Amino acid sequence: MRTALNKVRGLGSAKEGTGHFWKQRITAISNIPLTIGFLLIIFCAMSFNYNQNVELLNSPIVSICMILTILSFTYHMCLGMQTVIEDYIHKELLKISMLILNYLFSFFVMIASLYSILKINFIG
Amino acid sequence: MLKMKKIERPLSPHLQVYSPLINMVMSIVHRITGSLLYFGTAILMVWLLCIASGEAAYDTFQAISNSFIGTVVLIGYTWALIHHMLGGIRHLIWDTGSGFEIENINRLAWGTLIGSVLLTIIFWILNYTLS
Repeated sequence: MRTALNKVRGLGSAKEGTGHFWKQRITAISNIPLTIGFLLIIFCAMSFNYNQNVELLNSPIVSICMILTILSFTYHMCLGMQTVIEDYIHKELLKISMLILNYLFSFFVMIASLYSILKINFIG
Repeated sequence: MLKMKKIERPLSPHLQVYSPLINMVMSIVHRITGSLLYFGTAILMVWLLCIASGEAAYDTFQAISNSFIGTVVLIGYTWALIHHMLGGIRHLIWDTGSGFEIENINRLAWGTLIGSVLLTIIFWILNYTLS
Protein backbone atom coordinates (compact mmCIF):
# COMPACT_ATOMS: atom_id res chain seq x y z
CA MET A 1 0.00 0.00 0.00
CA ARG A 2 1.40 3.40 -0.92
CA THR A 3 0.04 6.75 0.12
CA ALA A 4 -0.96 8.91 -2.81
CA LEU A 5 1.62 11.61 -3.47
CA ASN A 6 -0.88 14.46 -3.20
CA LYS A 7 -1.72 13.35 0.36
CA VAL A 8 1.96 13.28 1.32
CA ARG A 9 2.48 16.70 -0.27
CA GLY A 10 -0.09 18.46 1.85
CA LEU A 11 -3.58 17.18 1.26
CA GLY A 12 -3.77 14.81 4.22
CA SER A 13 -6.33 15.15 7.00
CA ALA A 14 -4.40 17.99 8.65
CA LYS A 15 -3.66 19.60 5.25
CA GLU A 16 0.04 19.64 5.92
CA GLY A 17 1.15 16.17 4.86
CA THR A 18 4.38 15.09 6.55
CA GLY A 19 5.27 18.68 7.51
CA HIS A 20 4.81 18.17 11.25
CA PHE A 21 6.90 15.00 11.32
CA TRP A 22 9.65 16.61 9.25
CA LYS A 23 9.87 19.82 11.34
CA GLN A 24 9.92 17.70 14.51
CA ARG A 25 12.96 15.77 13.22
CA ILE A 26 14.83 18.85 11.97
CA THR A 27 14.45 20.65 15.31
CA ALA A 28 15.30 17.38 17.11
CA ILE A 29 18.61 17.27 15.22
CA SER A 30 19.39 20.95 15.82
CA ASN A 31 18.48 20.48 19.50
CA ILE A 32 21.32 17.97 20.04
CA PRO A 33 24.35 20.30 19.62
CA LEU A 34 22.35 23.24 21.01
CA THR A 35 21.47 21.30 24.19
CA ILE A 36 25.13 20.43 24.74
CA GLY A 37 26.10 24.10 24.28
CA PHE A 38 23.20 25.20 26.48
CA LEU A 39 24.22 22.82 29.29
CA LEU A 40 27.77 24.23 29.17
CA ILE A 41 26.41 27.80 29.28
CA ILE A 42 24.11 27.20 32.27
CA PHE A 43 26.89 25.24 33.96
CA CYS A 44 29.01 28.41 33.87
CA ALA A 45 26.05 30.68 34.62
CA MET A 46 25.17 28.83 37.81
CA SER A 47 28.42 29.75 39.55
CA PHE A 48 28.47 33.31 38.15
CA ASN A 49 27.15 36.45 39.84
CA TYR A 50 24.95 39.02 38.09
CA ASN A 51 27.71 40.99 36.37
CA GLN A 52 29.49 37.86 35.21
CA ASN A 53 26.24 36.52 33.75
CA VAL A 54 25.61 39.78 31.87
CA GLU A 55 29.15 39.54 30.54
CA LEU A 56 28.62 35.89 29.60
CA LEU A 57 25.45 36.68 27.65
CA ASN A 58 27.20 39.63 26.01
CA SER A 59 29.66 37.34 24.29
CA PRO A 60 28.58 36.87 20.65
CA ILE A 61 29.08 33.10 20.55
CA VAL A 62 27.06 32.58 23.75
CA SER A 63 24.32 34.94 22.54
CA ILE A 64 24.05 33.29 19.13
CA CYS A 65 24.01 29.87 20.78
CA MET A 66 21.25 31.01 23.17
CA ILE A 67 19.16 32.59 20.38
CA LEU A 68 19.37 29.42 18.28
CA THR A 69 18.58 27.32 21.37
CA ILE A 70 15.48 29.41 22.12
CA LEU A 71 14.24 29.19 18.52
CA SER A 72 14.89 25.46 18.23
CA PHE A 73 13.53 24.58 21.70
CA THR A 74 10.32 26.62 21.41
CA TYR A 75 9.55 25.34 17.92
CA HIS A 76 10.21 21.72 18.96
CA MET A 77 8.22 21.99 22.20
CA CYS A 78 5.26 23.55 20.36
CA LEU A 79 5.18 20.63 17.90
CA GLY A 80 5.60 18.09 20.72
CA MET A 81 2.86 19.54 22.91
CA GLN A 82 0.56 19.68 19.87
CA THR A 83 1.00 15.91 19.48
CA VAL A 84 0.37 15.31 23.19
CA ILE A 85 -2.83 17.43 23.09
CA GLU A 86 -4.08 15.70 19.93
CA ASP A 87 -3.37 12.27 21.47
CA TYR A 88 -5.05 12.74 24.83
CA ILE A 89 -7.75 15.38 24.51
CA HIS A 90 -10.76 14.27 22.55
CA LYS A 91 -13.38 16.89 23.36
CA GLU A 92 -13.27 19.10 20.28
CA LEU A 93 -13.72 22.51 21.91
CA LEU A 94 -11.22 21.80 24.67
CA LYS A 95 -8.75 20.38 22.18
CA ILE A 96 -8.89 23.43 19.90
CA SER A 97 -8.61 25.75 22.92
CA MET A 98 -5.54 23.89 24.19
CA LEU A 99 -3.95 23.93 20.72
CA ILE A 100 -4.43 27.71 20.48
CA LEU A 101 -3.03 28.17 24.01
CA ASN A 102 -0.06 26.00 23.05
CA TYR A 103 0.80 28.14 20.03
CA LEU A 104 0.40 31.39 21.99
CA PHE A 105 2.40 30.14 24.99
CA SER A 106 5.27 28.81 22.85
CA PHE A 107 5.37 32.02 20.84
CA PHE A 108 5.35 34.14 24.00
CA VAL A 109 8.22 32.15 25.53
CA MET A 110 10.18 32.53 22.29
CA ILE A 111 9.68 36.28 21.96
CA ALA A 112 10.19 37.11 25.66
CA SER A 113 13.45 35.11 25.73
CA LEU A 114 14.78 36.64 22.51
CA TYR A 115 13.84 40.12 23.71
CA SER A 116 15.77 39.54 26.95
CA ILE A 117 18.90 38.31 25.18
CA LEU A 118 18.85 41.24 22.75
CA LYS A 119 18.22 43.76 25.53
CA ILE A 120 21.15 42.42 27.57
CA ASN A 121 23.35 42.63 24.45
CA PHE A 122 22.41 45.99 23.03
CA ILE A 123 21.00 48.04 25.89
CA GLY A 124 22.45 46.30 28.97
CA MET B 1 -20.47 18.00 10.30
CA LEU B 2 -22.52 15.02 11.42
CA LYS B 3 -22.48 14.32 15.14
CA MET B 4 -21.21 10.77 15.52
CA LYS B 5 -23.20 8.55 17.84
CA LYS B 6 -21.06 7.18 20.63
CA ILE B 7 -21.01 3.39 20.39
CA GLU B 8 -19.44 1.29 23.13
CA ARG B 9 -16.94 -0.94 21.38
CA PRO B 10 -14.57 -3.47 22.92
CA LEU B 11 -11.05 -2.09 23.25
CA SER B 12 -7.96 -3.97 22.16
CA PRO B 13 -5.50 -4.85 24.94
CA HIS B 14 -3.72 -1.73 26.10
CA LEU B 15 -1.14 -0.54 28.64
CA GLN B 16 -2.65 -2.25 31.68
CA VAL B 17 -2.35 -5.81 30.34
CA TYR B 18 1.35 -5.65 29.55
CA SER B 19 4.09 -6.03 32.13
CA PRO B 20 6.36 -2.99 31.85
CA LEU B 21 9.35 -3.48 29.58
CA ILE B 22 12.30 -1.07 29.72
CA ASN B 23 11.68 0.05 26.14
CA MET B 24 8.05 0.83 26.84
CA VAL B 25 8.85 2.63 30.09
CA MET B 26 11.51 4.77 28.36
CA SER B 27 8.99 5.63 25.65
CA ILE B 28 6.53 6.88 28.27
CA VAL B 29 9.30 8.71 30.14
CA HIS B 30 10.32 10.40 26.86
CA ARG B 31 6.85 11.91 26.61
CA ILE B 32 6.80 12.90 30.28
CA THR B 33 10.24 14.55 30.12
CA GLY B 34 9.16 16.34 26.92
CA SER B 35 6.10 17.71 28.70
CA LEU B 36 8.22 18.78 31.69
CA LEU B 37 10.73 20.52 29.43
CA TYR B 38 7.84 22.52 27.95
CA PHE B 39 7.64 24.28 31.30
CA GLY B 40 11.41 24.08 31.81
CA THR B 41 11.85 26.38 28.82
CA ALA B 42 9.57 28.82 30.64
CA ILE B 43 12.06 28.76 33.57
CA LEU B 44 14.80 29.61 31.06
CA MET B 45 12.66 32.52 29.86
CA VAL B 46 12.18 33.77 33.43
CA TRP B 47 15.94 33.54 34.06
CA LEU B 48 16.69 35.60 30.93
CA LEU B 49 13.96 38.12 31.79
CA CYS B 50 15.41 38.52 35.30
CA ILE B 51 18.91 39.21 33.95
CA ALA B 52 17.43 41.69 31.46
CA SER B 53 15.46 43.38 34.25
CA GLY B 54 18.46 44.09 36.46
CA GLU B 55 20.31 42.92 39.55
CA ALA B 56 17.37 43.01 41.97
CA ALA B 57 15.26 40.69 39.81
CA TYR B 58 18.27 38.44 39.29
CA ASP B 59 18.88 38.20 43.05
CA THR B 60 15.25 37.15 43.56
CA PHE B 61 15.67 34.44 40.93
CA GLN B 62 18.89 33.27 42.58
CA ALA B 63 17.23 33.13 46.00
CA ILE B 64 14.40 30.96 44.65
CA SER B 65 16.62 28.71 42.53
CA ASN B 66 19.04 28.17 45.42
CA SER B 67 16.24 27.11 47.77
CA PHE B 68 15.60 23.41 48.36
CA ILE B 69 12.59 23.25 46.04
CA GLY B 70 14.37 25.38 43.46
CA THR B 71 17.37 23.06 43.46
CA VAL B 72 15.15 19.97 43.11
CA VAL B 73 13.37 21.61 40.15
CA LEU B 74 16.66 22.50 38.47
CA ILE B 75 18.12 19.02 38.99
CA GLY B 76 14.88 17.62 37.55
CA TYR B 77 15.15 20.02 34.62
CA THR B 78 18.74 19.02 33.75
CA TRP B 79 17.87 15.32 34.06
CA ALA B 80 14.76 15.73 31.89
CA LEU B 81 16.78 17.66 29.31
CA ILE B 82 19.55 15.06 29.13
CA HIS B 83 17.11 12.14 29.16
CA HIS B 84 14.99 13.66 26.39
CA MET B 85 18.11 14.38 24.32
CA LEU B 86 19.43 10.81 24.67
CA GLY B 87 15.94 9.41 24.04
CA GLY B 88 15.69 11.67 21.01
CA ILE B 89 18.98 10.35 19.62
CA ARG B 90 17.54 6.83 20.10
CA HIS B 91 14.47 7.80 18.08
CA LEU B 92 16.60 9.38 15.35
CA ILE B 93 18.59 6.14 15.08
CA TRP B 94 15.31 4.25 14.66
CA ASP B 95 14.21 6.79 12.02
CA THR B 96 17.06 5.56 9.84
CA GLY B 97 15.49 2.09 9.98
CA SER B 98 18.22 0.49 12.07
CA GLY B 99 18.57 -0.62 15.68
CA PHE B 100 15.34 -2.62 15.81
CA GLU B 101 16.86 -5.92 16.99
CA ILE B 102 15.58 -6.75 20.50
CA GLU B 103 19.04 -6.64 22.09
CA ASN B 104 19.77 -3.24 20.50
CA ILE B 105 16.40 -1.89 21.58
CA ASN B 106 17.05 -2.96 25.17
CA ARG B 107 20.63 -1.67 25.08
CA LEU B 108 19.51 1.76 23.81
CA ALA B 109 16.69 1.96 26.37
CA TRP B 110 18.98 1.13 29.31
CA GLY B 111 21.63 3.44 27.86
CA THR B 112 19.15 6.32 27.82
CA LEU B 113 18.24 5.76 31.47
CA ILE B 114 21.71 5.08 32.86
CA GLY B 115 23.38 7.72 30.68
CA SER B 116 20.93 10.45 31.69
CA VAL B 117 21.25 9.70 35.42
CA LEU B 118 25.06 9.51 35.26
CA LEU B 119 25.43 12.73 33.23
CA THR B 120 23.05 14.57 35.58
CA ILE B 121 25.03 13.42 38.64
CA ILE B 122 28.32 14.47 36.98
CA PHE B 123 26.83 17.87 36.05
CA TRP B 124 25.74 18.61 39.61
CA ILE B 125 28.80 17.19 41.38
CA LEU B 126 31.08 19.29 39.16
CA ASN B 127 28.82 22.27 39.73
CA TYR B 128 29.05 21.94 43.52
CA THR B 129 32.79 21.27 43.60
CA LEU B 130 33.69 24.12 41.24
CA SER B 131 31.45 26.81 42.70
